[in-house]
Amino acid sequence: MSPAQLPANLKANPRLARWLRFDAAGFIELSPGKVEIGQGIITALAQIAADELDVDLGRIRMIPVTTAASPNEGTTSGSLSVEQSGSAVRQAAAQARAIYLGAAAQRLGVTAESLTVEDGTIVGPGNLRTSYWELADDALLERDAAPGAVPKSPSARRVAGTPAARLDLPDKVFGRPRFVHDLSLPGLRHGRVIKPAGPGAKLTALDEAGVRAIPGVIALVRHGSFAGVVAETEGAAEAGLDALRRGATWSGEPMLPDEVNLAAWLKSQPAETSTVQDRKAPVPVQVARTVARRYSRPFIAHASMAPSCAIAQWNGPDLLHIWSHCQGAYGLRTDTALALGMPPENIVVEHVEGAGCYGHNGADDVAFDAALLARAAEVGGRPVRVQWSRADELAWAPMGAAMAIELEADLDARGDIIGWRGEVWSNGHVSRPGRMPIPTVFSASLLAKPFERLIAFNPPMTMGGGAERNSVPLYDFASMRITCHRLLTMPIRTSALRTLGAFANIFAIESFMDELAAERGEDPLAFRLRYLKDERARAALEAAARRAGWSERRKREGTGYGIAFGRYKNFGAYCAVVAEVEGDAEIRVRRLVVAVDVGEVINPDGVANQMEGGAIQATSWTLKEAVRFDRERITSDTWETYPILRFSEVPAVEVEIVNRPQERSLGAGEAAHPPTAAAIANAVFDALGVRVRDLPLTRERIIAAMG
Amino acid sequence: MSPTREIIKLRINGAERSVEADPASPLIHALRNQLGLTGTRYGCGANQCGACNVMIDGQAVAACDTPLWATAGKEIVTIEGLGTPERPHPLQRAVIAEQASQCGYCLSGILISAAALLKRTPNPSEAEVRSALDRNLCRCGAHNRIVRAVLRAAKEVT
Repeated sequence: MSPAQLPANLKANPRLARWLRFDAAGFIELSPGKVEIGQGIITALAQIAADELDVDLGRIRMIPVTTAASPNEGTTSGSLSVEQSGSAVRQAAAQARAIYLGAAAQRLGVTAESLTVEDGTIVGPGNLRTSYWELADDALLERDAAPGAVPKSPSARRVAGTPAARLDLPDKVFGRPRFVHDLSLPGLRHGRVIKPAGPGAKLTALDEAGVRAIPGVIALVRHGSFAGVVAETEGAAEAGLDALRRGATWSGEPMLPDEVNLAAWLKSQPAETSTVQDRKAPVPVQVARTVARRYSRPFIAHASMAPSCAIAQWNGPDLLHIWSHCQGAYGLRTDTALALGMPPENIVVEHVEGAGCYGHNGADDVAFDAALLARAAEVGGRPVRVQWSRADELAWAPMGAAMAIELEADLDARGDIIGWRGEVWSNGHVSRPGRMPIPTVFSASLLAKPFERLIAFNPPMTMGGGAERNSVPLYDFASMRITCHRLLTMPIRTSALRTLGAFANIFAIESFMDELAAERGEDPLAFRLRYLKDERARAALEAAARRAGWSERRKREGTGYGIAFGRYKNFGAYCAVVAEVEGDAEIRVRRLVVAVDVGEVINPDGVANQMEGGAIQATSWTLKEAVRFDRERITSDTWETYPILRFSEVPAVEVEIVNRPQERSLGAGEAAHPPTAAAIANAVFDALGVRVRDLPLTRERIIAAMG
Repeated sequence: MSPTREIIKLRINGAERSVEADPASPLIHALRNQLGLTGTRYGCGANQCGACNVMIDGQAVAACDTPLWATAGKEIVTIEGLGTPERPHPLQRAVIAEQASQCGYCLSGILISAAALLKRTPNPSEAEVRSALDRNLCRCGAHNRIVRAVLRAAKEVT
């Protein structure tokens, strides 16, 4: 293997010492550039390293990302961590193993080839022995990854492929400090920031004296429309925040759209149009008729269980340290540097876990808020912990974009699909930090000299696209034309939320396929399989159908079955879902059967957990979730106004993993969401005979569809 | 204007503790910021998510919504008092056995709600478990694993 073939993330960060460190006390520190966001990635990466190094999993200590030392692996997103970081870790560990075996060979006076490793003990001919721990020397890995080391073949792996218990779980089960919210630093002060009255509002007046009069408040920080307090105690910070709210005067025009007809609004906005796919039939076929449908989804909130939180500390006027639960420490550092006009090298961003993260939420924003508050002279260089309110979390973190999708199918005389057209209207799905010349941390747009608010964009199709993600059906249609319109206005701030556009696009495609099958009176599974050449796609569908008893299902009053399929990004994991629902206007999802093919499985229980969680979260999005707003502000800012699925509403979820040890590992974190939505909608149709094309599938929508 | 600060005695996890605080301030601030019991997680501040649940005299109660004065003379149990790695509560053992978590932020409050359930209903049905946890939110979708863990713990206890 030549260096040119090193995994991309290792090639970009070739120094082996950045990835691994052997300790004489009998453990190995592994420092990947990906972060734990509740998905279990650190466990899977530890498994990969343990395998290559021939040590027990318990010997691997996972080091959280810090820009002071960790390799830069970009953002932890896109279900790419096992694929990207896993391959880099595997190669780095294989090289480290070879280096240590070389050192052992020298010490023992034998060839490296004659050595074996058992849990870190290196054994040679004639029972010669040494160990990683005896040889531990940081200087050995102070070199760049180079050609030569060949990782083990999948069949030689002992740890990867077997279920491993989550490394982070004991801390969480016993309530030990684990989250950034729990971090205790000497001299810690508490900060709170006020959010504007609405996205377009400006702070025109502030009763500063009233805020400063609150006992325990030590600093009031104001820059333009940004305002916050720092206090001795959390209680005083809360009281200071109340005073800020009372004392603030806002002005601004109502600028939010009408929530009632989002699709019409999306279609009326200025947009940048791109062609996603344009395939013409080699031989034109006579179109007998064309069927057209429109589908939509609303804005969806991350609604993380914890309010965003960060700690910032200034060590002198130009050295900043941030503790954050962000998805990309380097990206946050870049944007903070841009917004504050300082060199990124003077900022250290250290990752500390937060609550489950499903995309670009408020983590980066609150870190910048903390940096602004901690800079106040009165703070005296102490660390300042800033925590958003629940309302801020639900109303001010970026949202998953609303989408309208229009599909048309050309049918021949027999009702077979001969042409397919799709058109997508949506805001862009990414405005993450660290990617643009302007900072995207929210408060940068509130400063006295405000930075422009970046209009969210879509990643290129080579990365799976954004609004257009999965807008191209995997089905084999003779002609296909897909167009995407990215809005050039953004009254509601959007950015990456799990699956980006895939959720709505697959919901639309798979609902439409179901409608077309129903019109022909054909079984929806058989109908799909007729257009699906990809063997792994067919296998996933068939596995889900078999497990769910699809062919034996019986039609009973008030119950229904639906099936749907998607291959995430069209080059990621394959996933098929069968949903079983019951009810009348009030729909209850009884059971979801999920079949998934993620190639080689590293942690089977980790994959199952991600699929279960994904299917349940998607059920919540599908049945209940929509960001609510009036013309001035987001109004769904409590758990009562933004309800999510509860324990009593959660369906049974069965997961079938189609393991393919010889295939490249693919991420599992986002595969289940898109087909789950469509499977539920299709099951609702099966149960009630009504088709709801606008998410969420609420009681009101179903009653309206019943006409 | 200035809030009254008093010495308040609390009985937490079987021990007498005291804090100097405003009696009207929420229990969660005293737990997390003064007593170092950060296992009680803040979620919403409005008793709507269950993340900060603690047991007070056997009942699962939101610590964000409970003023210190209301805990006088009562027995408070937090996640730290439920069990330890050396002597885990059956629920804690069961959560690890079932790998019943993703991010784990909701877990402390859920374990407290479940522990309160098992105290009053040692052998609950699945529906009773779901109903007892209905005021606890989980965003990652670990619900079914958590329900399995509670049922497993119940079997172990009875």
